[in-house]
Amino acid sequence: MISPIISKVRGGRRLSGDDALLLYQEADLNVLGQLADEVRRRLHPKPIVTYVIDRNINYTNICISGCKFCAYYCAPGDLSGYILSRQELAEKLEETKSLGGTQILLQGGLHPDLPLSFYEEMLSFIKANFAIHCHAFSPPEIVHFSKISGLSVKEVLVRLIKAGLDSIPGGGAEILTDRVRKQISPRKATTDEWLNVMETAHGLGLKTTATMMYGHVERLEERIEHLLRLRDLQDRTGGFTAFIAWPFQPKNTALDVRPSTGQEYLRLLSISRIVLDNFPNLQASWVTQGPKVAQIALFFGANDFGSTMIEENVVAAAGVSHRLSEAEIRKIVTGAGFEPRQRLMDYTLVGESGAEVGGQRSEGRGQRSEVRGQREVRGQKKMNIEHRTSNIEF
Amino acid sequence: MEKVFKEAGLFEIYEKVLSDTRLSAEDGELLFSTTHLPALGYLANIVRERLNGNRAYYIYNQHINYSNICINLCKFCAFGKKKTHPKAYEMSIEEIVSKIRERHAEPVTEVHIVGGLHPDLPYQYYIDMLRAVKAERPEIHIQAFTCVEIAHLAAISGRSITETLEDLMQVGLGSIPGGGAEVFSTRIREKLCPKKLSGKDWLEVAKTAHRAGLRTNATMLYGHIETISERIEHLLALREAQDETGGFLCYIPLAFHPKNTKLEYLSSTGGVDDLKSIAVSRLLLDNFPHIKAYWVMLGPKVAQIALSFGADDLDGTVLEEKITHMAGADTSQAMTRSEIEHLIRQAGREPVERDTLYEPV
Repeated sequence: MISPIISKVRGGRRLSGDDALLLYQEADLNVLGQLADEVRRRLHPKPIVTYVIDRNINYTNICISGCKFCAYYCAPGDLSGYILSRQELAEKLEETKSLGGTQILLQGGLHPDLPLSFYEEMLSFIKANFAIHCHAFSPPEIVHFSKISGLSVKEVLVRLIKAGLDSIPGGGAEILTDRVRKQISPRKATTDEWLNVMETAHGLGLKTTATMMYGHVERLEERIEHLLRLRDLQDRTGGFTAFIAWPFQPKNTALDVRPSTGQEYLRLLSISRIVLDNFPNLQASWVTQGPKVAQIALFFGANDFGSTMIEENVVAAAGVSHRLSEAEIRKIVTGAGFEPRQRLMDYTLVGESGAEVGGQRSEGRGQRSEVRGQREVRGQKKMNIEHRTSNIEF
Repeated sequence: MEKVFKEAGLFEIYEKVLSDTRLSAEDGELLFSTTHLPALGYLANIVRERLNGNRAYYIYNQHINYSNICINLCKFCAFGKKKTHPKAYEMSIEEIVSKIRERHAEPVTEVHIVGGLHPDLPYQYYIDMLRAVKAERPEIHIQAFTCVEIAHLAAISGRSITETLEDLMQVGLGSIPGGGAEVFSTRIREKLCPKKLSGKDWLEVAKTAHRAGLRTNATMLYGHIETISERIEHLLALREAQDETGGFLCYIPLAFHPKNTKLEYLSSTGGVDDLKSIAVSRLLLDNFPHIKAYWVMLGPKVAQIALSFGADDLDGTVLEEKITHMAGADTSQAMTRSEIEHLIRQAGREPVERDTLYEPV
C-alpha cells in the first residue's frame, strides 16, 4: 500500500529508501507527478522557471577512463583526439560573453599526460581575460588531478580555487553504486571518491550540482540508493544547488540497451523531486528529452530549464541533437504558464541584488525574494558567505 | 486525491468523471486552462481505463498518398501543391499496386490512402484504385479518402454522397480516415482553408458514411490560430454527431507543424498543449471509444506519455524488422514492432496489435 507513503510526502515528511522504492515502483505516473508537483510548488511557490546562459567547453576528448556508456572520448594516441588551444578557448569565451553568457561549464576527458598546472593555467587565463563564472571539472577529473599530482583532493581544489574555479559540475556521478561503476566505468572515481570530492568542495565553500545517468545496467534500487547518498551528503553540507538526471544515450557506445522512454524520464524526475527534499532545484534535461518533454517536466518536479548550451558535444556524440536558443527556451517556459528568468550558477536571478558574475556585480535592483524552506534559507546564507570568502583569497 | 482536485479547482469535474456524467463546454475550458497537469492526466486516465482497461493499441499499416496535387491549398498544409509545381506528383494505378506488392511479405492489415483534391483525375481513377488494391491484396482493409475527398469525388461524379460511398464500398472501401476536419469553426476555415468543405458538411459526410455502414475517424488540427473555445466547439460538435450515429471509432488530435507552410511564423505546439489536447478530448468525448496519440506527429516520447493522459492507441507505421530501417528510412517515420511494444510496456500498458476496427490481430 502506498497511501501512507503518499501521506508522508504530503505532510512534508522524509521518505525512507523503502518508502521511495515502493512509491517509485507502484505509483501511477500521474500520482507520482502530482506529488512531485506539490513538492515543487512548496519549494517554489512563485511560478518562475529559471535558466542559465552558458556553454559547454570540453577542453579535451582524450580520456583514459574508457567508460562503456561514452560516445565522446578518444583513447590516447587516437588521431581524432584534441586539446583546445588558448586561441580556441578565447574564441568560445568571447562568443559566450557576446550572447549574454554568465558562465562556462568546463569539462574534459581524463588526459594521461597533462599536469595539474595545465588546468590551473587554463583557469587563470580565463579569469585574467573574461569576467565569467567557471563551473569546472567534475569529481572524476578532480580525483584524476589528485592522482597525477600526488596531492590530496583538498589540496587540488584549493589550488584550482586560487586559479579561478568558482563551482563544480555534478557530472561523472552516473549511478553512485560501485556494482554499477565496476561494470560501466571501472577506471573512474568510485562512489565514495565522487562524494568525497563534493564534500570537500562544499567544505571549501564551493557550490556544486549533482547528476544521475540512468537507464543502462542499474536496478531501480540503485537509483534510489543514489538519491539517498546525495540527500545524506546534502544534509551535512548544503552545498548542492541542483540535481539533474538524464537517461543513458546508447547510440555509438559499447552498451547495447534500448533508449529510455519519456515516461521513464518523468517517473525518475518525479521520484527525485520527492526524495531529494533538501535539494532546492531540479533541472529539466531538454538536451536529452527534447523541448516537448522538457516542458512537461515542469509539472513533474523540475523548476529549472538548465542551460542554453551554446555548445554541447557529449550528448550530440551519442546521436541526440536538440538545439534551443534563449528565445525558444523563454517561449517554451511561457507556454507552460511560467515566467522565464535568467539565473546564475547559484540560482540568484539576474537583475536582482546579490547577483555576481565572475566577481562582477550584475546591475539591477530588488531583493532576493525566493522564499523557500528553512533548511534552504540557511544553506543559501551559508553559501553567500562562503562564496564571497572563496572569491577573496585562498 | 479529493484534496488535490479541490485545490486545483477541479473537484466538480472529478465528481462528474467518477459518476460518468457528461462534461460541459465550461468544464472543457477549465480543463484546458488548468496548471495542474498531472491532475488532468489522472482524470483522463480514469475514463481511459474505464473504456479501454490497460490496453494500448497499435496497427501494422501502410500509407499511400496517391497525389499531392490539390485545388484547396490550405495555409496550414506543407503537402499540397499546384499541378504546375515542380514537386507535384500523381501516382498511376500501377504504381500504387506496386507499392502494395512491395510489402507483400509483411503482415500489413490496413492500407491508409489519402491525397489532395486533384483537379482532373476522373472518378473512375478512384474506383479503379480501390479495386486494384483489393485485387492485389484481398485480405487488406482499405481505409481511404477523408470526408473532404469524398465530397470532392461526389462533386466530380455528379453523384450524391451516399451513392459515392456505395460505389467505393462496392470496390473495397472499408472505412474512412478522420482527416480534413481541421477546426470546424467558420472563422478558422475562412482564414486558413476557405476552399475546403465546411465543418458542417464534413460532419454531414461522416454521418452519411456511418448510416451507410462505414466506421470513420475524426481529427482536429490544433495549435495554430484557433482559440480554446473553438477547440471545445469542435469537440462538442463531434460528440453531438456521435450521439446521432455512433459511427466514429477514434478521435485523433493532430498537432500543427508550421514548417514549410504559410503559417511558418508560428511555433510548434508545446508538450503540455499536446497532452492537454489528448486529455481534454478523452474527457469530453465520452462517446468515442478510442483516442489516438499519433506518435509520428507527437514523437515517440510524448505519445508514450499520452498513454497516461487518455490515449489508448499509438497508430502504427510499423516495420517488421530493421532492414528497411537501416536502408535509410527515417527513424521518425517508422518503428519496429518490438520498439513500439517496448514503448507501450514501459508505460505499464499491455500492447495489443489491432486491425482497423480495433479487433486484436
